[in-house]
Amino acid sequence: MSEHLPILLVVVPLAAAAITAVLRSGRIAWLVTLVTSWAVLGISVSLLVQVLRDGSIRYVLGGWPPPWGIEYSIDSLSAFVLVLLGGIAAIITPFALRSIERELERGLVHFHYSALLLCLAGLLGMTSTGDVFNLFVFLEISSISAYTLIAMGPDRRALHAAFRYLIMGSVGATFIVIGIGMLYMMTGSLNMADLAELIPPERNRTISVALAFLTVGIGLKLALFPLHLWLPDAYTFAPSAVTAFLAATATQVAVYVLARFLFTVFGMGFTFEVMALDRILIPLCLLGILAGSMRAIHQKNVKRMLAYSSVAQIGYVVLGLSLVSLTGLTAGILHLFNHALMKGSLFLAMGCIMYQVGSVRLDDMRGLGRSMPWTMAAFVIGGLSLIGVPLTVGFISKWYLVLGAVEQGRWIVAGVVLLGSLLAVIYIWRVVEVAYFEEASGDEPVREAPISLLIPTWALVLANLYFGIDATLTSGIASGAARLLMGGG
Amino acid sequence: MRILGLYNYWVFVFLMMVGFYILISRRNLVQEILGLTIFQTAVFIFYISMGSIVGAEPPTLAPGVEGIVYANPLPHVLILTAIVVGVSTMAVALALVVRIKEAYGTIEGDEIADLDTASEA
Repeated sequence: MSEHLPILLVVVPLAAAAITAVLRSGRIAWLVTLVTSWAVLGISVSLLVQVLRDGSIRYVLGGWPPPWGIEYSIDSLSAFVLVLLGGIAAIITPFALRSIERELERGLVHFHYSALLLCLAGLLGMTSTGDVFNLFVFLEISSISAYTLIAMGPDRRALHAAFRYLIMGSVGATFIVIGIGMLYMMTGSLNMADLAELIPPERNRTISVALAFLTVGIGLKLALFPLHLWLPDAYTFAPSAVTAFLAATATQVAVYVLARFLFTVFGMGFTFEVMALDRILIPLCLLGILAGSMRAIHQKNVKRMLAYSSVAQIGYVVLGLSLVSLTGLTAGILHLFNHALMKGSLFLAMGCIMYQVGSVRLDDMRGLGRSMPWTMAAFVIGGLSLIGVPLTVGFISKWYLVLGAVEQGRWIVAGVVLLGSLLAVIYIWRVVEVAYFEEASGDEPVREAPISLLIPTWALVLANLYFGIDATLTSGIASGAARLLMGGG
Repeated sequence: MRILGLYNYWVFVFLMMVGFYILISRRNLVQEILGLTIFQTAVFIFYISMGSIVGAEPPTLAPGVEGIVYANPLPHVLILTAIVVGVSTMAVALALVVRIKEAYGTIEGDEIADLDTASEA
């Protein structure tokens, strides 16, 4: 049983997705999703424990040995991301029950859970597979279900946002297929570990072009500046629980895939020494941090504000990767995890406000600090974490990031990271000012969100504080994973 | 000769750029989907060309047949998967277009953008 955990992790949500699709009742579908997400969390935690104790797990599908068969390969980095996925799904599903019932038409609720499980299965598959074509298939499973999830949003603009995301996402996925095809042409293999050995270390035009296609393709999925244009609309108009789920999982997995390709498949030497990709990625990340934060300041819709802030945060994560040092990579992996925690809690707080007020526009949030104290407190703590205040997770990852930049004498990078935090202070403060220092405008008093929405929100908020105060667990795993990516075992 | 020998790849690049250009230049949603489909189909040709070997037979196993050069079947199998993915993407895209037509009464990207700015104000 325990040796089949890697495949069960993907098969369980896939099967559950099929079951929920035929169920007529939204409540039963929710129950199935809840059980599945907790099972996924359980499996991923036991995989992480196993990986930390015995080293990487390699699982061969159907008894066909690699490189011919498909292989699942789970090392400390993928196990870490798997636990994150399981944890976020297990926290957001309880939240989804009432939030989704309010925001979606009755007939759509069980389809929503089906799509959510498919998306989760795709993301888990992308993280655990060791085969590049299998990765593309899972990428498309997660993307296509993400398009439908976004399209279910209550506003009609959700449809157009989902369409734009579909077009850009499919272009990205096709770029990835072209890149994989070129790799296969040159090596005759699709297995990541095999590819890593077969790719010639010297400059080779086909391999270089493959790297370019893959970087741009994953960049589109990742919403790496300037390929982020689909993200703000998609996050703004998707149902609240879906926004929280996608913001905390989809981009993190895309970062994972980018790291996998750049470090494991192509190898650090080829990517950063022969191709010097860091010279392109670092300026783009810095621009993304500044542009994303500046755009966030001017938004009237708080969900859109947080979406632009996500563009900036993705900049921090990829910046960490492209510093190509142990500290930088640790910072990137840590921020991948921490960003999921902060954006998850912030978007869940938005979900609470959407549930009670029916809007997340800044003008409609006047006086919410008094009428919804718990929700706004969650938002404030999430916001402090986003800014990077000590005792929150945001501080830990930014600390490593600045450390990594200073280590290499890149003062401009360190400066931009700090400037980005200052910009975050401005946009978080705009919300705090409206919610706490302005009088409520509506005649009807707004009540606090129900406890079933507050508990998941606060679970993520407390995780923000817990991993901010005691970061030994997360930073230990992250630096171990970073060492693994750098090839030090 | 070398350039002519890469005939398949020229077709792939040409179709890919045609599809990509349609995708970028058109604002009608159905035309965008058409562009995307041509773009994806070009990649199928790329994969299929990659598996072919000059003078090779189809990779079928028959008794008494030995010593024949086979075309590589793996890229073909891979692209079968990619075709399925492409078809499902197109299905979701067309379904979205139907819903957009119901909600907005138009499928012209510019008109949808105008309606959105109007409802924002």
